[in-house]
Amino acid sequence: MHIHQYEKLWLGMSLLLIVGFIATITYGAVGVGVTMIDDSGGNVDPNALDEHPEFSDPGVEKVGENEYEAYVVARQFIFQPDPIVVPANSTVTFYVTSADVVHGFSVVGTNANTMVIPGEVAEVTVEVGEPGEYGIVCHEYCGAGHHSMEGMLRVVPEGEYNSSDGGEQ
Amino acid sequence: MSVDQETFADRYPQEAELVRRAFLVAFTALGLGALFGIFQALHRTNVLRIIPSTDYYTALTAHGVLLAIVFTIFYLVGLYQWAVTRSLDRSPTNINFTRAWLTLMTVGSAITGVTILLGFVDQIGISADVLFTFYAPLQAHPLFYTGLVVFIIGTWLAGVDWFRTWLHWKQDNPDERIPLQTFMVLTTMIMWYIATIGVAIAVLFFLLPWSLGLIDTVNPLLTRTLFWFFGHPVVYFWLLPAYMLWYTVLPKLAGGRLFSDPLARVVFVLFVLLSTPVGIHHQYVDPGIAEGFKFIAMTNTMFLLLPSLLTAFTVVASMEHGARQRGGEGLFGWLTALPWRDPAFTGMALAGLMFAAGGFSGMINAGMNINYLIHNTLWVPGHFHLTVGTAVALTMMAGTYWLWPQLTNRRLYSRPIGLLQVVMWFGGMALMSNSMHVAGLYGVPRRTAEPQYAGFDFNTAFGSMAELNIQLAVGGTLLFVSTLLFLGNLTLSLGNPKVEGLGQSLPEPLSGAEDSPRVLDNMRLWAGIALVLVVLAYVLPLGAIIQNGGLFGTGGDAYPVSVLGTFDGLDAVLELLGVGR
Ligand code: HEM
Ligand SMILES: [Cu+2]
Ligand SMILES: [Cu+2]
Repeated sequence: MHIHQYEKLWLGMSLLLIVGFIATITYGAVGVGVTMIDDSGGNVDPNALDEHPEFSDPGVEKVGENEYEAYVVARQFIFQPDPIVVPANSTVTFYVTSADVVHGFSVVGTNANTMVIPGEVAEVTVEVGEPGEYGIVCHEYCGAGHHSMEGMLRVVPEGEYNSSDGGEQ
Repeated sequence: MSVDQETFADRYPQEAELVRRAFLVAFTALGLGALFGIFQALHRTNVLRIIPSTDYYTALTAHGVLLAIVFTIFYLVGLYQWAVTRSLDRSPTNINFTRAWLTLMTVGSAITGVTILLGFVDQIGISADVLFTFYAPLQAHPLFYTGLVVFIIGTWLAGVDWFRTWLHWKQDNPDERIPLQTFMVLTTMIMWYIATIGVAIAVLFFLLPWSLGLIDTVNPLLTRTLFWFFGHPVVYFWLLPAYMLWYTVLPKLAGGRLFSDPLARVVFVLFVLLSTPVGIHHQYVDPGIAEGFKFIAMTNTMFLLLPSLLTAFTVVASMEHGARQRGGEGLFGWLTALPWRDPAFTGMALAGLMFAAGGFSGMINAGMNINYLIHNTLWVPGHFHLTVGTAVALTMMAGTYWLWPQLTNRRLYSRPIGLLQVVMWFGGMALMSNSMHVAGLYGVPRRTAEPQYAGFDFNTAFGSMAELNIQLAVGGTLLFVSTLLFLGNLTLSLGNPKVEGLGQSLPEPLSGAEDSPRVLDNMRLWAGIALVLVVLAYVLPLGAIIQNGGLFGTGGDAYPVSVLGTFDGLDAVLELLGVGR
């Protein structure tokens, strides 16, 4: 097959570009350790969240030195709990599931962003920094009231954190 | 009358009629879709809210389905019917079969379209506000899924028709290479058959029976994954007709010839092989799918850049060749020798330019970790209005300016208006898409009637939300006006008198098919490899989803979007038959 000189050059550069992309992303995932949403959260019955040990009472728990777990339920058209209160400078793992349809969970202005699919539990670990307030939006269409579905993540100074804040609705 | 002035309509009057009919449906959908488009652009930004926000999602469902499915695919079948007939110089084996599939597609689109639009009329209780992705457990009226099935069967039969015409041609021409345009049609259809397996299973085995009340639950992650099995290759189903125009018509418009026929074939084969095993890249942030599967999809996606990068080369090289034939000189000076006053040429060239920008924002989408920032934000529609909304849609409109006279034997009403139209689309899209990309970076979600929240504001690094909103609204308005100019220009053309000699021939490529290995024309081989790649990419993730969540999910209710509550289709049918239950 006859291929023009320039075409070969272009082909070579294209392949280089592609391999370069894959390499940077791989480095991001493996080297720097940017974590991905995966299947580690497990499955639940969306109609039986009431009986679930954690999702029956959504909220934040301390699980270790500076480590917290936040159980969040998304349903038409709210997040529970709201607000989610966590202490500054800690590691928080969110477990998010849906009681009805597909929703989204995105802490605005950050990388914490996941789909919320009924039956599945999304697990997202976040390094929380300084105190502040972050909006949470549902970014997947979930019915006629979708545009009103929002929540709040409140990061409070370590001293002011009271474990019941995030735990009760 | 010399042969090269004879038009397609002169030589194939019945086929030309069918092509016009397909275009008629396509352009009706375009007009309606653009109307909903401007509603959305003004509503989201709070510039003007005519409809209640709950109806926004009816409009958005209609916009997505009418433009991304009906407009693009009807244009595709019209163009491909023209291309197969023209390049084989042969009528369909049985034109009634051709009529039949076009009718099926039309009926299917009408059923789904009307079901969606009934969502505006609350009293009727029929609705399909599920957006064009119809993620379960949101549930549309069964007619929504039924229309979809009928439509897809129509497209399958279209492919059967083209393969059959080609096989008969092959019997008469056993030693010839497949003409380039027919090659493009056949490869596209192989890709389509493989891609539609996913959506066909999702709709026929799960969603339709579920909406009829025959099964109680579905696995939302499973039907969603099957949707994206189809959802990514459908992107290439939109793109490949535009590529056909860029490869075979654009060089002619530029005054030259296609650079390389063999490379065009390689590009289409690459699409057959790579376009399906990537769909999971739409699910980077889905729970329930292991990271390894996402990684494989990402790698495949990156390789899928290759055919588009090769296309960029060929398109530019063919244009340069054309410009030099027309006397253009210098490193960049040749650009001025191109026929910029021709709306067909300028439209396609501008569409190509926007595609380059779209390719760039697409590479960002495809990176797994960067995707976290922009997933489901307005960045995403910002991206695909550059690709399907411009690279494809504008190329299709530009191609129409060239093709329409040959299908009707009437001149275009106005070339200057055509030129204004394509430039206005480009300008409007530059504004709309830019503001969408930027708003997306600030976290503004897509698919949201009122992205203004009570508890917080979006932080803008530069500019303000108000400025971005104005940009989006102005851009959307320009696009709407541009659509009206396009439709008006075509309609007025029908008032022009019929004339002779509007036919146009397509020049042979500089490097012809004889330069390429024959194996490229082996459709069975490519279909076989493509299927193997799909199996490799999907068997494990689908298996894991079914193993973890069950074939019909872990439970949960259906959430019908119909206002009257659960619609038990079976009951309704039985009642109609007078049986009762
Ligand atoms: C008059 C020109 C157009 C305007 C003003 C327009 C405007 C918009 C806007 C503002 C959105 C975002 C809505 C939201 O997420 O809330 C949107 C979504 C969309 N547009 Fe367009 N658009 C136009 C043309 C097109 C064309 C030509 C296509 C494809 C051929 C297209 C395909 C889509 C699709 C697929 C969506 C996503 C629907 C969804 O999220 O379910 N649009 N459009
Ligand atoms: Cu929502
Ligand atoms: Cu894709």
